[in-house]
Amino acid sequence: MPALVAAVLLTVAGATSGGSSAPYGLAAVSLVVGAILLRYVGSRYRSWGYAERQDDLLIRRGVMFARLSVVPYGRMQFIDVTAGPLERSFGLATVRLHTAAAATDARIPGLEREEAARLRDSLAELGEAQAAGL
Amino acid sequence: MSSRPRPEGWQRLHPLSPVVRGGRATIAVFFVLIPIAFGRGTLGNEIPEFVIVAAIALAGFVSWLVTRWRIEGDDLRVETGLLRRQSLRFPLAQVQAIDVVRPGLARMFRVAELRLRMAGSTGTTARLAYVAEHEVEPLRDQLLALARGARFDEELPATDSEPESAEAEQHVLTTVGTAPLVASILLENWWIVVVLVGLLVGFALSPHQVGDLLGGGGFIWALTMVTFVWRRFNQQYRLTVAEGSDGLHLRGGLVALTAEVIRPGRVQAVRIVEPALWRPLGWCRLEVDVAGKQRRKGEGEAQRGQLHVLIPVARHAVGMELVDRLLPDRPRNLSPPPGRVFWKSPFRYRALSWGRSETCVATTSGRVRRVTSWVPLEKVQSLRHVQGPLQRRLRLASVHVDTAGRSVHAILRDRDAAEATRALEELTDLARVARRRPALA
Repeated sequence: MPALVAAVLLTVAGATSGGSSAPYGLAAVSLVVGAILLRYVGSRYRSWGYAERQDDLLIRRGVMFARLSVVPYGRMQFIDVTAGPLERSFGLATVRLHTAAAATDARIPGLEREEAARLRDSLAELGEAQAAGL
Repeated sequence: MSSRPRPEGWQRLHPLSPVVRGGRATIAVFFVLIPIAFGRGTLGNEIPEFVIVAAIALAGFVSWLVTRWRIEGDDLRVETGLLRRQSLRFPLAQVQAIDVVRPGLARMFRVAELRLRMAGSTGTTARLAYVAEHEVEPLRDQLLALARGARFDEELPATDSEPESAEAEQHVLTTVGTAPLVASILLENWWIVVVLVGLLVGFALSPHQVGDLLGGGGFIWALTMVTFVWRRFNQQYRLTVAEGSDGLHLRGGLVALTAEVIRPGRVQAVRIVEPALWRPLGWCRLEVDVAGKQRRKGEGEAQRGQLHVLIPVARHAVGMELVDRLLPDRPRNLSPPPGRVFWKSPFRYRALSWGRSETCVATTSGRVRRVTSWVPLEKVQSLRHVQGPLQRRLRLASVHVDTAGRSVHAILRDRDAAEATRALEELTDLARVARRRPALA
């Protein structure tokens, strides 16, 4: 998210400051950096993915650090659906899975709200069916 | 004891609880009161102190008065608080471990605290502080029996009614001598020794400079270090591990006695730590991890960042023997990572390795302070495959094995990318099979 904001700001700054008294070099640099950041944000967006398998949920993310998490349904303690102000304005939500391990970092951001609700319900159902103790 | 005290209905804590809980404050109060009692005869000057002491005493008494507990079916219920009334319910089936803690002051008054560690990331701990010393062991056995699934109204096993016979039935596995313990603590924290010796030598050479140093905040540091060493020693003094029918029993302590019971099948991970200076001596420390937050504020700072220490120090073979007992099917063959890991982690690549059996994962890491971790696969919470930019360049990847424990995370660090992917699949499948299997004892 910060990368996205920086990218947008830099591109906009680069594009708009071209005509003003600001040195052209600076404008060009910020334009290039902004473009690179935008590409990075784009590939980061594309890196997110999840798959519901029979016994576990796969979540993939990250460009620089590529992560793939396997969370068994039976290990889920609870599921959060959160939507911040920005997400809400686009009708999106984040689904977050919690296991007993604090290190589990399983979240799926930017889901459509209906999809988030569907995922939450199906995960809760699967979790209940396969629940294993600690 | 012919008829064991069977708590029916609401029980109160020991009447001396507020005094013990006050701890150092109580001692301070005595120091305030002694000059009043024996001192200058006139009470006029000490009235403010007197009022404060009376207020504290009253607050302690009220908090004792409004606190009560009872066993309700499978739950332990605690009600406490005067203004902000709390009713806490602790399901005994979720108890991870039960500790009996006896700080110095509590031993003086013959009382003990009972601590029930619950699962969950919030790590709530049910505390009964304090219960009379002679009641605490039967109560713990009863709670453990309830936690095992025995009903309250059923007749409890006969061994429970005689604490002595219950003790005898336990099979003592190891106990730690004092000399190795002292040596091990000093060797692990050799820098503290260096600093303290340096201070002493400096003091002999030029008392003034060192005095200035100590005066300017250095004193606090020195005191902190001494406290740290002392706490470690106090907690691990004569720590004994015994195997009972209801789990692993740990007991030990010099001033503050602790006795813990870890229920079978609650061990989330096991690890052996070998600090640098211990290795020439072939010593190791064995730690186990149970679910939930373990050490909370004020609960023994020396152990923060540590786990349940099963054996503070022992020869490597003894440690491995206990590991075998905890995890009978531990992996024997650990495989080292590919040689090109040298370019990523030149120092620790020699220490890295991992292995697995059908039910257990083992990893090693740490060049200086060697850590070997074992995670039973039925306790695996989630698996993560991570590949950083440098790892991608070198065709490497890591697999993290997350457990509910606090700080053991077995990491298959810097494996060949293909091997890591395969390991992720295999471990996912094995963990699923292990979860389905009825829990091992």
